[in-house]
Amino acid sequence: MGTARRMAGLGIALTAALALSACGSADTISGSGDESEGGSSTIKVGSAGFAESEIIAEIYAQALEAQGVTVERTMQIGQRDVYISALEDGSIDLIPDYSGNLLQYYDDGADATSSEDVYDALTEAVPDGFEVLDQAEAEDKDSYNVTKEFSEEHGVTSLADLADVDEKLVVGGNPELKERPYGPTGLTDVYGVPADNIGFTPINDSGGPLTVEALANGDVNVADLFTTSPAIAENGFVTLDDPENLILPQNVVPLISSDAATDDVIETLNAVSAELTTEELIDMNARNQGEEKASPATIAKDWLSGTGLV
Amino acid sequence: MSLFADAFAWLFDAANWAGPNGIPIRTLEHLLYTLVTLVAAGVVGVTLGLYIGHTGKLRGAAVIVTGSLRALPTLGLLFLFALWLGIGLTPVIIVLAILAVPPLLAGTYSGIEAIERSTVDAARAMGMTEWQILAKVEIPLAMPLIVSGLRSAALQVIATATIAAYLPLGGLGRFVFDNLSLRRWDAVIGGAIVVTVLALIVDGLFALLERSVVSRGVRAARSRDGSAAQPARKSVAADAA
Repeated sequence: MGTARRMAGLGIALTAALALSACGSADTISGSGDESEGGSSTIKVGSAGFAESEIIAEIYAQALEAQGVTVERTMQIGQRDVYISALEDGSIDLIPDYSGNLLQYYDDGADATSSEDVYDALTEAVPDGFEVLDQAEAEDKDSYNVTKEFSEEHGVTSLADLADVDEKLVVGGNPELKERPYGPTGLTDVYGVPADNIGFTPINDSGGPLTVEALANGDVNVADLFTTSPAIAENGFVTLDDPENLILPQNVVPLISSDAATDDVIETLNAVSAELTTEELIDMNARNQGEEKASPATIAKDWLSGTGLV
Repeated sequence: MSLFADAFAWLFDAANWAGPNGIPIRTLEHLLYTLVTLVAAGVVGVTLGLYIGHTGKLRGAAVIVTGSLRALPTLGLLFLFALWLGIGLTPVIIVLAILAVPPLLAGTYSGIEAIERSTVDAARAMGMTEWQILAKVEIPLAMPLIVSGLRSAALQVIATATIAAYLPLGGLGRFVFDNLSLRRWDAVIGGAIVVTVLALIVDGLFALLERSVVSRGVRAARSRDGSAAQPARKSVAADAA
């Protein structure tokens, strides 16, 4: 008898689950139906799997909403492989990306080095059906950093100065940096740092707190950090200049499917890119990562009202 | 499927078996981290387990604490300890030991609890001291369950020791983490296969050990009277119903 009752309960649960999933798929179908009728303004905004990307995506989303566009959000999707396929299968229409990395993704033989050349090459490399809009001045790229003491002791302010350092250099960064063209091999090839004077310490947190701590306490003396990391200023680290453009420019750029790129949308996003600077990205990251732990939505809202865009 | 074909090609490439970043050295490092962890966790887990099993004290606390230890996210803990203690081996061993203590502790005290009270009472009646009861009666009889706890601890630690590669350490996780962002899937999957095979081999060895540590007396009793286990099993079934 107990079994019969349990079976009945299971049946009810299953029916409910089926009904729910049916509702879900019905919504999806009507959603895509609206779009194919044309003229409808729903844009599906996505972001990569880290906070800065979500903040920028929120800025895009709220700026579009202020123009009367309906926005669906799919944040923190993951790495480039994953969100590009989401873009290709139509799960999202728009995502912020970075010019150099995106160019290398579409064309790994590209040899552009300046910010403009990279952007021009990128507009060519993006496949049909997709486009990049104006790039922002804001840039988030890998950078080599040393402590203030190290910089003063060895007179190092640029990567070109590293060749003359008599102390053994230990570079800390994500494991793949070792194999990247702008990694230790790039320091040797481009800046003439003797290969046997560079050690490498893999720290798998993408320039996060462990890498920062390793540089601060001397486990490494050169660390790969992102230029928009608030930790650089907080710890008084010195970011080394890169006169030979060893590291590719990484300007923030919206990647959008052409179907979604109506004139209004393009105008709105270009206005955002025209305002966004690296310093502001650092500040916004600091609000997100620091004491305040502000949400990307709040940070985006404040930035938009601060610039007068919304 | 070609991903797996690539992974096996990577596994059988002689170049991946040589040098400090070769499969043999990384496997040894992996086993070393596992061994150090099991020794550290064994000292804590088995000692506490023996105390709890023998005295019956703190049992409720142990159940709660080990339950919550199991729920802690290992990677998050690793970051926490690495920030605190630096990017060396210590934080890795601590977080792996936190994984390994619960099964060792549970295996030990439940091993002792499973002994029939009359057996322990008989030992006490014969004039054994508490230490003698522990060393000569309880530990030998609990040994299969202690080893079973060790076995599941070892399995979890081997599978999780890959996270050592989040820090500048070695082990088989290096193959996985170093190649993930480079999209070299052959090495990522190849490394994961080595971890899996290693875990299965070690698990098999512990399974053999588990069988061999059954106390001589128990084994003799079982072979003398093959049906001895039957009534016990029946009574358990009756309790459950």
